[in-house]
Amino acid sequence: MPASDMPAPDATTGKDVLRMSDIRMRFGSHYALDGVTLSIRRGEVFGLLGQNGSGKSTLIKVLAGFHQPEGGSEIVLWGETMPLPLDPMAIKKRGVAFVHQHLSLVPSLTVVENMRVTALGQKTPWRVSWKKEAARVGALFAEFGLTIDPFATVASLPPVERAFVAIVRAFDDLRASDAGYGGEGILVLDEPTPFLPAQDVERLFALIRSIVRTGASVVIVTHDIDEVRDITDRVAILRDGKLVAILDTQTTGRQAILDTIVGLRVDAFEKTRKTSVGAPAVIVRDLTDGRRPGFDVDIRPGETLGITGLIGSGFAAVPYMLYGARRGAGRIRIGGQEVDLARMTPQRAQSLGIAFLPGDRLGAAGIGSLPITDNITLPVLADHLSALGLGLDRRGMRQHAAALSTDYDVRPARPDLNLGALSGGNQQKVLLAKWLQTKPTLLMLDEPTQGVDFGARQQIFEALHRASEQGTAVLCASTDNEQLEQICDRIIVFARGRPVAELIGTDITRKSIAEACFHGETTAAEAAQ
Amino acid sequence: MTTIDLSTPETSTKAGPAKPKRRPLDWKAETERFALLGAWMLLIVIFGILMPDSFLSWRNFSTMFGSQAVLVVLTLALLVPLTSGDFDLSGASVLTMSSMLIAVLNVREGWPIAPVILVALASGAVIGAVNAVFVLYFRIHSLIVTLGIGTFVNGLILWISQSQTISGVSMDLVGWVIINRFLGIPLAFFYALILAGILWYVLEFTIPGRKLLFVGRGREVSRLNGIAVDRVRAVSFMVSGLISAFAGVLYAGMTGSADPLSGLSLLLPAFAAAFLGATTISPGRFNAFGAVIAVYFLVTGITGLTMLGADAYVQNLFYGGALVIAVALSQLVRNRQPQDFS
Repeated sequence: MPASDMPAPDATTGKDVLRMSDIRMRFGSHYALDGVTLSIRRGEVFGLLGQNGSGKSTLIKVLAGFHQPEGGSEIVLWGETMPLPLDPMAIKKRGVAFVHQHLSLVPSLTVVENMRVTALGQKTPWRVSWKKEAARVGALFAEFGLTIDPFATVASLPPVERAFVAIVRAFDDLRASDAGYGGEGILVLDEPTPFLPAQDVERLFALIRSIVRTGASVVIVTHDIDEVRDITDRVAILRDGKLVAILDTQTTGRQAILDTIVGLRVDAFEKTRKTSVGAPAVIVRDLTDGRRPGFDVDIRPGETLGITGLIGSGFAAVPYMLYGARRGAGRIRIGGQEVDLARMTPQRAQSLGIAFLPGDRLGAAGIGSLPITDNITLPVLADHLSALGLGLDRRGMRQHAAALSTDYDVRPARPDLNLGALSGGNQQKVLLAKWLQTKPTLLMLDEPTQGVDFGARQQIFEALHRASEQGTAVLCASTDNEQLEQICDRIIVFARGRPVAELIGTDITRKSIAEACFHGETTAAEAAQ
Repeated sequence: MTTIDLSTPETSTKAGPAKPKRRPLDWKAETERFALLGAWMLLIVIFGILMPDSFLSWRNFSTMFGSQAVLVVLTLALLVPLTSGDFDLSGASVLTMSSMLIAVLNVREGWPIAPVILVALASGAVIGAVNAVFVLYFRIHSLIVTLGIGTFVNGLILWISQSQTISGVSMDLVGWVIINRFLGIPLAFFYALILAGILWYVLEFTIPGRKLLFVGRGREVSRLNGIAVDRVRAVSFMVSGLISAFAGVLYAGMTGSADPLSGLSLLLPAFAAAFLGATTISPGRFNAFGAVIAVYFLVTGITGLTMLGADAYVQNLFYGGALVIAVALSQLVRNRQPQDFS
């Protein structure tokens, strides 16, 4: 698309297939989207770029009718305003199809079954001819030069072909929609590439280009600046829920895009960072997931070490491997003991003084259907055995839970409530209290404040700060740069499964973290080639 | 996400320390807890009015309490793996196997009764261990494994008994199960009550009990909290087998005989009682005394209806109907939240 005619979005309303105006979306008191306005033209590839948490995915979910925006937000498809609240089926029928990051395929079923899960080509639902369906699916693949066996199970396909199946399925939905009869439609791809190697990304882009040639428009959400420059015509850049710029990718340089993503911001809060000296509390050597060469990490007592990177860069697996929750290899030395990580188990890790708070609060960290008391006392049950050692002192457990709830300001402070009845922030306070009461040598956190409101977030930071004052070493894996800046003394940035940069003390700013993430990914890619 | 979050720094300081103070009774919750007990009492009152002489006699109640102790024990056996998130469909087969082993070894082989009982109990633990191996090592769903192993055991029972009913089990056993009485009720009832007490205590007041509950509610959560999930589940299968085998010992003692089939029909009533019991006392959790009440609620209904002259089919009507209706009512009280036992 020529970019010379790039006037204000409003002026081109006639040509726009999609216009989103003044989209506002709030979670609690925090605006995830704060008045975003943009429009998509017919037959263009439009990129959505921004840091983690900048609102890209929320915007896509609003478009899908998944999140309801506030009143005053407007979505116009082919000149027709969609009424609020948005109806996901109406949007789909109008001609917008989505491929989400996890592709929404059932791995144990065949390609043709997955392709036909939404719409069978036949008139009667009572007599499905799988042979005809397969032929139809095969023909569709052939249109895009793909040779995928319709009867193969999805699990047996390489990742890139799974992505193809999901994308072609979405394209097929477009054809069946209202817009599809005019040869149009909007295909939305939410981060389709993070796990794909470079040549597969090329194949994926070839598919996208041939889809655009049919007259459809494509919106692609991504982290990767180079991919954006490669495939898109225009790119919208979001920061903190606001649209910062819409750039023409053919004429904008890499650095300009990066600067726009990161922006310049005044920081509200700053912690005095410790430059800890002395012997490390934790020494990790040759840590590897078995596919890449190992690396070393040391953490000093009372130090808060952040590890970060773009999604898919491998940093998130580090605490799981150190805790023995995921197979890794290497050695860890803590509290005078050295342990082979290949033989680490969560029980062993706990006995060494390692605590780990996973990010999935109710799926991995605590049980929503059990009371706060039961959840919070789990690691210290042995302390609550009655004098004779015969049974648990339930009253004492309740009192203990009530006291901890008060200390950590859990609201409401009613230990008999089920954990699942609390807000995300209060759940996290309970789960953090659970581990901090054990006074761990090393506390590992995975996205500790995801979905946590502002107030609770500060309280959690304070609790972490208190723990580190008492000598606990903290390892925090997160993609939330603001949080990392607030709590970390040192940050290691990962790309392609390896540490690529280290930020210490005053070097740590939101901007420097984000730059290191994007920069690290590029240099690692270049090094790989 | 349900939001009960009021946290702003200002209010947090004013609120002061929250003391674990006694809150006013939550009537809705209390009603839910004791609804089944109330329904049981209501049944007794209704049948009592209809048949004041025959139904309200101590004799009738002592028979009911004594004869259904086997079902109570089997239900308690199923509770253990249900709490840790597994189904044990082989429970009734273990029960029948245990009673048949007693008959075969004691009557046919002429062994003294004490070692025979130990062998019978051991058979239950062994079958539980076999279940555990297939479920945990091969990662097969417990429904499939225990269905298969249970059926396999049924075959073994027919084989070792040559499809015969064997009677003449040692009167010592019969005496200690059904003939000797306390307060006019056969001892078997008290064995079941003691077992329920032990199970309640273990589940509520011991660390293994806590672990069992956590494993049942969230395997991944438990694993990441350092619980040896596989070991807990294995023990739970073995304990289930052991208690089922104990039910079989009582079953042999009830009649002084063993037949290869009748015990198998106890499986579904036991599951019905386990699920029904989870709606009472500690609603939403499988609990021992809830299960005891559930069994006697079901049995009272069936006994009363039978005494009124109803046909045999009323038994299944009542087991099935009462289960679904009671659980449905309890769901209404809970505003139809999805049930979450596991």
